[in-house]
Amino acid sequence: MIRHGYVTGPALGGLWLIVLSVTVAVAMSFGTGEAFRPSVMLSLLWGAVAGGVMVALGRSPTVQAGIFIGSMVGLLSGIGPMLVGPDTSGFASVFGAILLSASFVVSLTPILKEVVPGALNRHEFEGAVIRFLTGFGYIFFTAIVLIPFYVMVMTSLKNQSELIQNPLDFSIDLSKGAELFRSYDELFTQFNFGTYLFNSFSISVLTVFITLAFAIPGAYAVARLRFRGRAAFSRSILLIYMVPMIVLALPIYIAFSMTGLRNSFWGIVMIYPVTTIPVALYMLQGYFRGLPGEVEEAGLMDGLSRLAVIWKITLPLSLPALASVSLYVFMIAWNEFLLAFMLLDDPSKFTLTRGIASLNSSEIPRQHLMAGSVIATVPIMALFLGLERFMTKGLTAGSVKG
Amino acid sequence: MVDAQPPSGTGPLGKREARLAWRLLAPTISAVALVVILPLLAIFWISVKPVQLSDLRAPEVVLREDLRGSPEAPGDEATLRYRLRNSSQDQPIVNVSIEDVIPEGLEVLLVDERCTLSGRDLRCEFGDWEPGFRETLTFPVTVSQVYFDNDIRPQDSEALVDGRSSNVLTNSTFTLDNFKRIFNGDEFFEVLWITLFYTVFGTIGALLVGLFAALLLNKSFKGQGILRGLYLFPYVSPVIAVAFAWLILFDPFSGSANALLVQMGVTDEAINFFGERPLALIMVTIFEIWRYFPLSFLFILARMQSIDTDMYEAADMDGASPFQQFWALSVPQLLGILSVLFLLRFIWTFNKFDDIFLLTGGNAGTRTLTVNVYEQAFAISNIGAGAAVAVVIFGCLLTFSLFFLKFISREEGL
Repeated sequence: MIRHGYVTGPALGGLWLIVLSVTVAVAMSFGTGEAFRPSVMLSLLWGAVAGGVMVALGRSPTVQAGIFIGSMVGLLSGIGPMLVGPDTSGFASVFGAILLSASFVVSLTPILKEVVPGALNRHEFEGAVIRFLTGFGYIFFTAIVLIPFYVMVMTSLKNQSELIQNPLDFSIDLSKGAELFRSYDELFTQFNFGTYLFNSFSISVLTVFITLAFAIPGAYAVARLRFRGRAAFSRSILLIYMVPMIVLALPIYIAFSMTGLRNSFWGIVMIYPVTTIPVALYMLQGYFRGLPGEVEEAGLMDGLSRLAVIWKITLPLSLPALASVSLYVFMIAWNEFLLAFMLLDDPSKFTLTRGIASLNSSEIPRQHLMAGSVIATVPIMALFLGLERFMTKGLTAGSVKG
Repeated sequence: MVDAQPPSGTGPLGKREARLAWRLLAPTISAVALVVILPLLAIFWISVKPVQLSDLRAPEVVLREDLRGSPEAPGDEATLRYRLRNSSQDQPIVNVSIEDVIPEGLEVLLVDERCTLSGRDLRCEFGDWEPGFRETLTFPVTVSQVYFDNDIRPQDSEALVDGRSSNVLTNSTFTLDNFKRIFNGDEFFEVLWITLFYTVFGTIGALLVGLFAALLLNKSFKGQGILRGLYLFPYVSPVIAVAFAWLILFDPFSGSANALLVQMGVTDEAINFFGERPLALIMVTIFEIWRYFPLSFLFILARMQSIDTDMYEAADMDGASPFQQFWALSVPQLLGILSVLFLLRFIWTFNKFDDIFLLTGGNAGTRTLTVNVYEQAFAISNIGAGAAVAVVIFGCLLTFSLFFLKFISREEGL
């Protein structure tokens, strides 16, 4: 029943228009701060009509133009799938209408490309549904990922009164110039964020090196050398990785309080690597196992010692894995919050995450909090977008086989 | 004639290899033992001790010394004064004694009966002190020229203070009150239920959303790399940054989400997303799904890309539709990684602390077991009770892990 051109076409058309009108309304509201509102019922109706027309008359440019014009007329006369508030400016409503109509026509055409009048076979029907779901998926994921970050960045560029006046308005007033970055300026000049940035960076880099120094020999031993208890050891690494930090944090807090290591840079540098060694060891041993053993054996035959083999053969061969493990460890150390929060009280020793936590008070404006968040997020994102390939490979290499 | 047999047991080479292996592992083992095993043992110990946050500072003898009477010329009389007290208001200190060197130029006229003076070395013994005990010692002295020449005042030489205080962490008082307290009442079961809801739905949600995202990106097109990087953002950015971004986005008074919903006519008044039962619990679960779907996505995508495409071509030839291919070919291939991910994510979500702590602080019906550790230990300042909750968590995890190991060794052949 549902696999019939005149059912599938209108149904997908209606649902797709709902998706698009919600998307465009949210985007226009965030972009201009003015009132846009999708109407679910009207969207369903208009979309169903458009879908039906497209199935009946084909997808020729004339039909597309007709749907575009019909949609524009509906939108501008106030009975379209997206309604505008009474105070919305004419330019914004026309722009929104064009955006919605154009994106609808352009995207509905490929979605319905195999839907013909009459009964559909499974392939045609499922193909159309999958294309609809794919379109929905791209919009959905991009929206849920981008909106929080967009809000973060835009909030940091505003001032208190602008934020309260219209929480929806995320447009940027470029005429303010450098004044836009006032929160950032204040964070660095009055709130010591330069120091926090430096602390976070040096702690993370030290953590990476210490972790590698421990994990490389360990991973090599687990991956290559035969010894009694190897299987048990390999499992207990995973087990250790499952102990929750909060359970360890309590005794560590007590021990650090009693030995005076709390509030010290070296205390943090001592504790971070231990949280990352097990995972680094696990990832590296997975990679080492995958390396051809013959090369190492050749090295051994030629008189190299084991340690020399590790240094001269294994490590150069596993540079990509080392890069991804370093990146991952760096990320863990950079983002770590719980231990920094519990162990650091002295503002001169804060890491970035601890510094942001200290901004969370009613006396400090929210744009400062968001500016701090941006400062902490941007370096790690830049690193990831640049080295994404390593990350994807490295994270999955250690654990996924075949 | 003797049959040739392969050598049995470990030969010298094998022994050398094993020794090297242990040497390579030694640093890791010792570090992990120090920071993981030792604290775990400590947790068990603390959980049966009546420890409060304030007990972490051991009581000590606080000492101040000064010279009173402001002597101006040699021969003047003055008073050397020691003021001492027990810093703790509720714990005694036993066998208190002090040792000090009296500066040159001060001649002690009369020595307190509890003290002995040999040469310039003063030693006093006080016995046991009650909590909050105070003591003042005074010695009349005459001042000579040397004192003014040297300009060393009594407080310049550090006095040695000695006394044993019984620390509640190391003494032999044990109690089961911590466990009684946390298991008491409905609160514990509420916490358990919340933890279970959060863990089960957070895990399954992240897996399904990750699977959907992986299906989307499991084809090559321009911009696929960028989208893949983009979808990792929630996972790689600092939890504190994204948690605060969510809080600001969903703020009941000036949040954009509320403004949007009101404008769209979904609701008339602002919704307090992170402050109402049971909405807060649902929101933190959604946050968990949002933050961790990238991880499942990454693993599932990696697995998908290693599936042989021939199979799909064959299925296409046989006329299988896309959904049929998904159910009959992809799902069985993905089942392994999905179940491993489920178990891993289940345990990690169970362990999660930061997210809920930052979003709601455990209020409005979102207090999971891990947040309860913090709540008991630091908000109520009862370290012992916090440790008791930690022991409960550890017990749960041990159960999960045994199950997990049994399973993963089958899956991965570890």
